[in-house]
Amino acid sequence: MKSAVIVFPGSNCDRDLAVALEQVTGRKPDMVWHRESDLPEGIDFIGVPGGFSYGDYLRSGAMAARSPVMQAVKEAAGRGVPVIGICNGFQVLTEAGLLPGALMRNARLSFVCRPVPLRVENSQSLFTSAYETGEQISLPVAHHDGNYQADEVTLDRLEGEGRVAFRYLDEVNGSARSIAGILNDSGNVLGLMPHPERVIEEAHGGTDGRRLFEGLLETVAA
Amino acid sequence: MKARVFITLKNGVLDPQGKAIHHALDGLGFKGVNDVRAGKLIELDLADGTSDSDIEDMCRKLLANTVIENFRIERLEHA
Repeated sequence: MKSAVIVFPGSNCDRDLAVALEQVTGRKPDMVWHRESDLPEGIDFIGVPGGFSYGDYLRSGAMAARSPVMQAVKEAAGRGVPVIGICNGFQVLTEAGLLPGALMRNARLSFVCRPVPLRVENSQSLFTSAYETGEQISLPVAHHDGNYQADEVTLDRLEGEGRVAFRYLDEVNGSARSIAGILNDSGNVLGLMPHPERVIEEAHGGTDGRRLFEGLLETVAA
Repeated sequence: MKARVFITLKNGVLDPQGKAIHHALDGLGFKGVNDVRAGKLIELDLADGTSDSDIEDMCRKLLANTVIENFRIERLEHA
């Protein structure tokens, strides 16, 4: 699987994501700078990493979503290439219009940084096939703006179409319906606030994140 | 030509920042504040002849996230 990791000024989980992808796929991802207008040929997977792109100026992810590389990411997503946005990457994907809704300041205003229990709501997606529906997993979160909000019609549609991929089991940030991660309508774009790339090997304190990449690798290779 | 863009959260969207400010005002002894909503003010210095629709475009494409925010444009013609 040939993957690309997008790098913005202020990204800080890009290398973690690259290490995770290399460990799982056996191949180093291409690191693609935000000013590029094209992605490398034959990319099978795109990762938009966590961090504080452009210092979170204006709104988290707002500037990054308008950078040249995101046009190429949108085109690739439109062709069905799987795209994952983690943390700031999720904010970038909502700002870019690839996912509905918005991520607002955490309801209690505090930065939340701890492992959180999550429920896998849909194991039928490209990204979640290595989990069981209803399974409880633990992934770390580290964010200030993870409070997912959308209008009721959008939330009902996400629920009805099985597009809520992960849900918090604790109160974390005030997200509507405890949503931690969602899929786009074609199922090839996932955005989530928790960090699967931070729990890849036992030394990290868990491997629940590794399975996301393993499942993806299996479905992409199939 | 200058213009000001006021960005506010839509009604019904929870504003944790406004709530914290409200709480702090209360702590300072300012009673009788019913609600606080925080927003943004962006000042633009524009070429003469920039149309209203150009500014609205800027708001829709970048300055405001219309999923959660409203915007209002105020032109300061001779500023």
